[in-house]
Amino acid sequence: MKKKKILKGIHTLYVVLLFVFFYAPVAVMVFFSFNTSKANVVWQGITTKWYVKLMGDGELWAIFGTTLLVATITTVLSTVIGTMGAIGYKNSKSKFAKLITNSIYFPIVIPEIVLAVSLFMVFNQTGISMGLPVICIGNTTICLPYVYITVKSRLVGMDPSIEEASLDLGADRLYTLFHITIPQIIPGITAGAFMAFSLSLDELIVTSFLADAGTTTLPMKVYSMMKKGISPEINALTTIIFGVSVSALLLYLLVDGIRSYRVVRHKVRVRDL
Amino acid sequence: MQKSNEKKEFHRSKKTKKEMLTQVLMRAPMCVWALLFILAPMVLLAFMSFMTKGPLGIIQYKFTTENYKDMADAVYATVIKQSLVVAGWTTLLTVLLGYPLANFIAKVKSKTSTILTVLLMLPLWVSGLVVLYSFVILLNNSGIINTVLLNLGIIGKPLQMLYNNFAVVAGMLYMFLPFAVLPMYSSIEKLDGGLIEASKDLGAGPVKTFMKVTLPLTSPGIFAAVILTFIPCIGYYMVTDMLGGGTNMMIGNLIYRQFTISRNWPFGAALSMVLALIILLMVFIYTKLGGDLDDLGA
Amino acid sequence: MSKPIVSIMNVEKWYGENHVVKNMNMNIAEGEFLTLLGPSGCGKTTTLRMISGFEMPTSGAIKVQGESVEKKEPYQRDVNTVFQNYALFPNMNVYDNVAYGLKVKKVPKDEIHERVTEALKMVQLEGFEKRRITQMSGGQKQRVAIARAIINRPKVLLLDEPLGALDLKLRKQMQIELKRLQKKLGITFVYVTHDQEEALTMSDRIAIINQGRIEQLDTPVEIYERPKTKFVANFIGETNLLDAVVLGMNGNTAEVATENGKALINVDPKKGVVVGDSIGISIRPENMMFDRKPVEGFNIKAVVKEQIFVGNLIKMILNLNDGTEIKINRFDEADLAAPGEVVYLYWEQKKGVVIKETKMVDTDSTRDIQGGDPDAEE
Repeated sequence: MKKKKILKGIHTLYVVLLFVFFYAPVAVMVFFSFNTSKANVVWQGITTKWYVKLMGDGELWAIFGTTLLVATITTVLSTVIGTMGAIGYKNSKSKFAKLITNSIYFPIVIPEIVLAVSLFMVFNQTGISMGLPVICIGNTTICLPYVYITVKSRLVGMDPSIEEASLDLGADRLYTLFHITIPQIIPGITAGAFMAFSLSLDELIVTSFLADAGTTTLPMKVYSMMKKGISPEINALTTIIFGVSVSALLLYLLVDGIRSYRVVRHKVRVRDL
Repeated sequence: MQKSNEKKEFHRSKKTKKEMLTQVLMRAPMCVWALLFILAPMVLLAFMSFMTKGPLGIIQYKFTTENYKDMADAVYATVIKQSLVVAGWTTLLTVLLGYPLANFIAKVKSKTSTILTVLLMLPLWVSGLVVLYSFVILLNNSGIINTVLLNLGIIGKPLQMLYNNFAVVAGMLYMFLPFAVLPMYSSIEKLDGGLIEASKDLGAGPVKTFMKVTLPLTSPGIFAAVILTFIPCIGYYMVTDMLGGGTNMMIGNLIYRQFTISRNWPFGAALSMVLALIILLMVFIYTKLGGDLDDLGA
Repeated sequence: MSKPIVSIMNVEKWYGENHVVKNMNMNIAEGEFLTLLGPSGCGKTTTLRMISGFEMPTSGAIKVQGESVEKKEPYQRDVNTVFQNYALFPNMNVYDNVAYGLKVKKVPKDEIHERVTEALKMVQLEGFEKRRITQMSGGQKQRVAIARAIINRPKVLLLDEPLGALDLKLRKQMQIELKRLQKKLGITFVYVTHDQEEALTMSDRIAIINQGRIEQLDTPVEIYERPKTKFVANFIGETNLLDAVVLGMNGNTAEVATENGKALINVDPKKGVVVGDSIGISIRPENMMFDRKPVEGFNIKAVVKEQIFVGNLIKMILNLNDGTEIKINRFDEADLAAPGEVVYLYWEQKKGVVIKETKMVDTDSTRDIQGGDPDAEE
């Protein structure tokens, strides 16, 4: 039994070390956003000047704006198309439908670089100029499968007799779709949209292939700075983005937690009756 | 069946016209998108890989298989070998390091496992590039790790940890390990505890139980982890660029170069085709082994 | 019988290779409580789903109020269903669930309110209007499902094992409530269950279905006391089934030979039993008697194997010469034989039931029929 305890201790220690590995770079990023040295390689002293500088950096904010714009358009497009597709292709049997639904998985399974060059060549060969609209198309192509999969799994997990109950009560299939099916898959749609947004915020490969000279997104900017060292300003901006998304996530978990707690409590009370 | 064919069968129009129209409208956007932006680019890629490179990067529409033959060239063969080595190591390490973590998350109380999963995914909210740059800060010759080790007197001169395969593999592990843990975790969690008990009951030791029961039953999760690591590894050129110092090229970097510096699109297309085919083959094996494509997306 | 509200005529249902419903004919009378009873996979749920419109008969006709409905969509039929797992709309509260059928039909708001209140009162759920479905217990969900199904005032209410998910105590209580509700509403209930006790307590008539065929369609008393087939005799309650050959007829009394000895039994002249016929004899455990010495006309020896005390009665298990097991129920302890004792079995001639099965040519009887799988076809 003692041997078992030691083994368990080693296992726990291992997991802790792995989490140290996961969080060390994040901690470094946060710390170095408060570093006096511009070189952003060696720690010199504490300062908030990069945050101040960031506030006044019009170019960086413009880039951030572009990134948000792309992410927003991408999220809307992929969520709408993916959701409609998941509903439309539910129970599809034909060969052509299979071709479409299978090809939707391509952007997940093939390396991004392959998708990037092939999209680049399509636009190049058809004479469509690169730029923001094309970037949005590329990003949507990448995010679409994630939305499709999450919505589809929600649809598949639904109890079919609930839709039958609606038909049974006199509603036709269209009414049932809008009043019964769609309200039930909303959590899947939200999760898909969330995923699309965060993927698109960080998208570099496809975006850089499809960008024109005048369009820069945040990942592109960071990548271009890499060779001479990333400015601590970027660390500051990333820290802010990270802070905002983590608080949003925690808030969501908290609200969700409170809600499920309420449900559990209510169930207990119902049983007492 | 012959019996039912003889009988008069009813054919109710399964769907009314309105419903048919709705279905077409629902399908159309995704259908068009898949045709225009997924299938058409793939067809064009295949077509382009058989074209000839003209001067100044102009494409000559003349059939050739040269692009594929060129890959046998020593320079490119090295790159391909290098890619396979790095991706292979990363994948192996991901599975070896990730499996015990997945096992840990699967065994603790459900509340703790939720918290651990959230903690695992949280760093992914930071831009991948910025985090990779943190590796530069950590690993360079005057970086945090070397400074600490020097001050403690453990080492005499700085360790070279950056701009080599070690840094590349470490960076890739960081990027892809969390994704790989999830499918392994869900396959371990689905495992019927009774089976392991039964195996132990029948006298099999923990090692034998693991090899004969646990490992085979969780293999779909492991294979999903392999795919989730191997695919991005081989194509993700930023990690090699940032941490490999530009000397250790991978197929991803090579393709990138064909479209930027070398301007040899047909060769880039051919490389992309080979890469895509290798990975599609892996995915095909994965699905044949009973893997679910959906597990690769969530 | 009053005019049928539902007629099932020569209905067949195939799922690919599986013959799930075989040449079914049934008339359901207005206002009656009819139960489709059978083991799982016998085709009872499929039959119900063909009436509600979720399944299409492969051939044959289904009429509701004299009108053919095979080509009508579920939402065009005047029947409503209470689903096995309730199938309540999780995104709506109790009120909206019940009101759904009326909202679809664009009934004025005031009337909806009035009718929902009435329906909720009917199932004793007043005051639960604003509750979310997740906050309801199993029994309460069941009541919501019933209220929702009767709101459209259907001609026929179809119930698919509605009490299956409830615990025994609640199930008994709901059985009584459902029966009361049916009387109050005066509408036809078609009820699917595999629980024979439930069927016997609630139904006006029971259709026993086995392997896609109706074995017997009768009142509960008829089915219990005069089963027409061995399957029915076995399926409803406990019984002792003996194979026998008719040796001679004396008025209504038949002298028969079983494999374990001779016996006497009353035969209904309508059954047309003649000397030489092979018949089945069904004797309920409470009607099986024994004595220490042979009884006039009977010569079946049995050895007592064990006694089992089951609350209000004592069960005796006996073995015949060829090993066949015989069950006897006794209510009095004084009236027992000890294990190991050899006894002679007999019964009051009129308490035995003669089963004369007309042999049906059934090519599928060897195949296991998988019914009730709604996804198999689509």
